[in-house]
Amino acid sequence: MNVLLPDTLPQALELLSQNGDAVPMAGGTDLMVHWHVRPEAHQHTFVDLSRLEALKPLSWTADMLVLGGLTTYWDVIRDERTREEFPLLVDAARQVGAIQIQARGTWAGNIVNASPAADGVPVLMAYDAIVVLESRRGREQVPLDRFYSGYKQMRRRPDELIVAIHVPRRRYSYQVFEKVGSRRAQAIAKVGLAVTRSDAGWRVVAASVAPTIRRCPTVERLLETGAAVASPSDLLPAIAQDVAPIDDIRSTAHYRTRVMARLLYHDLRDFWGK
Amino acid sequence: MLRREALAKLTGRERYVDDLPLDDFLWGMTVRSPAPRGRIASVRFGKDIDWSRFVVVDHRDIPGPNVVALIEQDQPVLAAESVRHVHEPVLLLAHRSRAAVRSAARAVEVVVAEEPAALDFRAVPAPAQIQYGKDNVLKHLKIEKGDVERALARAPVVVAGTYETGAQEHVYLETQGMIAYLEGGVLVVKGSMQCPYYVLKALQHALGRDETRVRVIQTPTGGGFGGKEEFPSHIALHAALLALKSGRPVKLIYDRGEDMAATTKRHPALVRHRTGLARDGRLLAQDIEVVIDGGAYVTLSPVVLSRAIIHAAGPYACDNVRITGRAMFTNAVPFGAFRGFGAPQSQFAGERHMDVIARTLGVDPVELRRVNLLKDGQTTATGQVIRDGTDRVAVMERALELARYREKGHEHAGFNATHPTMRRGMGLATFYHGAGFTGGGEAALKSRLRVAGRADGGVEVLSANIEMGQGTLTVFTELAANRLGLEPDDVIIAEADTTRVPNSGPTVASRTTMIVGGLVERACDDLRRRVGLDDASRGQAVKDAIRRWHREHPGEPPIGEAAYERPPGIEWDDKTYRGDAYGAFAWAAYVTEVEVDLRTCGARVIDFVAVQEVGKVLNPTLARGQVQGGVVQGIGWALMEECKWQQGAMANNQLTNYLIPTSDDVPPVRVAFVENPYPHGAGGAKGLGELPIDGPAPAVVNAVARATGTDPRAIPVTPERLMELMENAVRG
Amino acid sequence: MTTLTVAFTLNGKPVSLDVAPADRLLDTLRYQLGLTGTKEGCGEGECGACTVYLDGLPVDSCLVPTFQMTGRRVETIESLDARSLAAFERCGATQCGACTPGVVMTAWWIREHPDLLGSHTVRELMAGNLCRCTGYDGIIDAVTEAVGGEGRENRKR
Repeated sequence: MNVLLPDTLPQALELLSQNGDAVPMAGGTDLMVHWHVRPEAHQHTFVDLSRLEALKPLSWTADMLVLGGLTTYWDVIRDERTREEFPLLVDAARQVGAIQIQARGTWAGNIVNASPAADGVPVLMAYDAIVVLESRRGREQVPLDRFYSGYKQMRRRPDELIVAIHVPRRRYSYQVFEKVGSRRAQAIAKVGLAVTRSDAGWRVVAASVAPTIRRCPTVERLLETGAAVASPSDLLPAIAQDVAPIDDIRSTAHYRTRVMARLLYHDLRDFWGK
Repeated sequence: MLRREALAKLTGRERYVDDLPLDDFLWGMTVRSPAPRGRIASVRFGKDIDWSRFVVVDHRDIPGPNVVALIEQDQPVLAAESVRHVHEPVLLLAHRSRAAVRSAARAVEVVVAEEPAALDFRAVPAPAQIQYGKDNVLKHLKIEKGDVERALARAPVVVAGTYETGAQEHVYLETQGMIAYLEGGVLVVKGSMQCPYYVLKALQHALGRDETRVRVIQTPTGGGFGGKEEFPSHIALHAALLALKSGRPVKLIYDRGEDMAATTKRHPALVRHRTGLARDGRLLAQDIEVVIDGGAYVTLSPVVLSRAIIHAAGPYACDNVRITGRAMFTNAVPFGAFRGFGAPQSQFAGERHMDVIARTLGVDPVELRRVNLLKDGQTTATGQVIRDGTDRVAVMERALELARYREKGHEHAGFNATHPTMRRGMGLATFYHGAGFTGGGEAALKSRLRVAGRADGGVEVLSANIEMGQGTLTVFTELAANRLGLEPDDVIIAEADTTRVPNSGPTVASRTTMIVGGLVERACDDLRRRVGLDDASRGQAVKDAIRRWHREHPGEPPIGEAAYERPPGIEWDDKTYRGDAYGAFAWAAYVTEVEVDLRTCGARVIDFVAVQEVGKVLNPTLARGQVQGGVVQGIGWALMEECKWQQGAMANNQLTNYLIPTSDDVPPVRVAFVENPYPHGAGGAKGLGELPIDGPAPAVVNAVARATGTDPRAIPVTPERLMELMENAVRG
Repeated sequence: MTTLTVAFTLNGKPVSLDVAPADRLLDTLRYQLGLTGTKEGCGEGECGACTVYLDGLPVDSCLVPTFQMTGRRVETIESLDARSLAAFERCGATQCGACTPGVVMTAWWIREHPDLLGSHTVRELMAGNLCRCTGYDGIIDAVTEAVGGEGRENRKR
């Protein structure tokens, strides 16, 4: 195991460009799980990000909330303004593990861990967040809903770091986050759902029902067009277009599909056409 | 009195086995079978490792018989020629570096020539799967009272039902662990355990050492719940073998994944009921069949089965009862002791079945229980006459009243008719738990205990019963102090070290307070007589007399002794399973309110009332804590704790995937006691520790059934399972 | 194996030590520094038995690589004032004790930040500390009492 300890972002980017297979480490809440009994996981070069102070704070501009590359869930939970303008970020953050995880886990880490069951990603995606990647070669911005290309596949080159996440400020007329786990606290999502409505239209984002977290364009279209939906089962064809849930150790495809339909139906009851 | 060791625990000063300082020691590790059944073809050592730097132990290093002594002598310390379950220990390794030994364990390949495994205890085994006797039945048991067939044939109504309960993992927060080292010629084994003398016996047997050359010391134990009853003998032997071979101290601590995968769990069970009833709901006949999964070795399955069948008929009067029990051999990781010890399984079935009966007959579940609850003078299934003066209907009424059962029922009717996505329901369970070893078990244990007078006039209680969170240190202190009129600070409880303490029996079966506590009291009396006082002497007089004794007999402390004596009038016949199964039963009624989200089919307990009669409550804070902890463990078993099986081993052996309730998943558990002192228990107490795990699962599932109109017959009632039930109900 | 030198503040005092790159803060505390009050319950960030404060926030030390500690502030159960734990004794907040140091660490942090109770319940804030003995009531009562509430929420109803 090899650890590289940069003090600044340029140093970190330099180290990443020199070590093609290096793994960046922020809060460690994913990488360190079962660490002691996974000796094979130690056989990497790690680039420690914890000293990159500049990436820690969250900030506001006239038209967006900027989460730093190291901003934690707890930073968001404690930010009064986020609670007012982007309440789903706070709702989701409060459901990531418990305080011990919220204090360490980062939004950027949640994105690059690329778990289909992530809690932070769906709400960011429902707010049209943009991922800001930086390498020695420069910066690029990728909309989060175009960031993933397959299970654990994403548009981040090994030499790139997420240095910021931009969340555009908009007026939302509707927003909800639902996480269904096998217990109330500290559970991995069996179904996750983030839904928003703004001038930009409806966003419906689903977690744990596909190889990646993804938007559900067919369901969004139903909402945009005010399609008539009289029961949860009316939504099943659209859901089948948008997601592909599986049976695994935590739940079943059947359950996931049905729950997604029910949540969409009941939560959005006022918006479905009659 | 406050918990004696509370401050040490709250400040982190209490030292558990992995916290003890140990010089120049090796970390031990276990290499296990990858297959559920077969012949060990070879053991291959990876080429990238310098094995000369590791201590390696296999079955050939065992000095005595290769057996972990328990009820049957069938379980090897280390597999020799063949394996019977996944994770069966085959090889032991030790090294200075924990990381090195972990990596090395992965570099050993145990090659097994596989044979057909029996993996479903409910199925009749195919000939090729037979591995025990002629039918894989580890144990048959039967209780008979009256004439069941005749009564069933004549009963106006017969209600049948089949119920299933899943395995449950203990999840004591301190994982299992032992250290072993040689002190002169004496092998010392220290660790987390409930039964130091079980460990001693196992060490003596397999290592061929007499008791002068083995010493077992219990370290503060971070939870047990039965999981540290029989299993610690295995780890103790493993650590000891490595220490003997290396000549160095060895520390063998399981990490959570290994602990969940390789150690025992609650026996899965299948229970069938056929019940004959009068139209008003009176029980006329109970025909019950209990089948439990024993796993790949006998372990404690016969006694778990025994307690399961004895409790299966519930706290009800019925003249015609037949209960048959079978413990099945399978190639699963062996199941073992877990709080309740079979009674939670059979009482889940029984109490769920009571609600099924009520629904079938169209009678109120409360009334059904009211007409059938045992009254003094009536007998249990084994023919034990209950005459303890407890009003079991009053216990139930108290619970219903505290829970506002009837009012809530009306409120729910309105709520459920109007709420778009939520449904609420109330659930009730009335149940009982026998304290102490079953039948003649306590007499056979021949428990002994000593109380010694100290030079300063205080006393020391010498017992093999241990503290694992349930409060032994505190209760024994209170009992001794009260008996002798001393201050709690005048009482010391000796470390459970087999070279110092007599064998007062295992710390299991809700026996510590009621039975061993009684020995504390009587040993105090004996000490008082020994120093020349009468039974009325207390306090300063006692201290003065002890000090005087020390002056007159230097180096020879006064010792009071007590040995178990069967309470008068207790008779049990182990051949016919007739008679007084237990010295005393504790009685309880639990009522719960549940809310189900129709969108997710997730059920949540939103109120819980636990009323019980456990004799005299000796320490209200400790007693309440036992009930609350047991209830939450029971709620977990009912709703979320599910072992997922792969080849007879737990596949979800992580706390991320085997979920137990968090503080945010459960409501406050409201506890009340009805007190009725038991004359033969210490201070009037009856056993309490296990009772609270028996009632929550049926109460919760009865409430889920009521809230949703479904009829769940198996636990855990996970959201996935409840969704299926609700969809079937709509279709049906 | 190469080692790394880390220097940080531990329970108010500076420490500097050489660690293996793969060491978790939990290992360093327990096996290198002898601070065994911090317990390992799962090694996967679920149970909270290894809770310590990192720069004032409760974290699971099993998920913290020690190499990240340079310049940081770490506090363990050994740093707490034992005299102020009366509520925890009285309410029965500890039974077997294996989860207890972690529970006390989280509880103490809540006590130091009572404003959190404007947005969170005690049960939500304690959800990262699994306990298998108490059923949580003793713990919740103790925290409620410690933050100045009436406590004994289960007795009032």
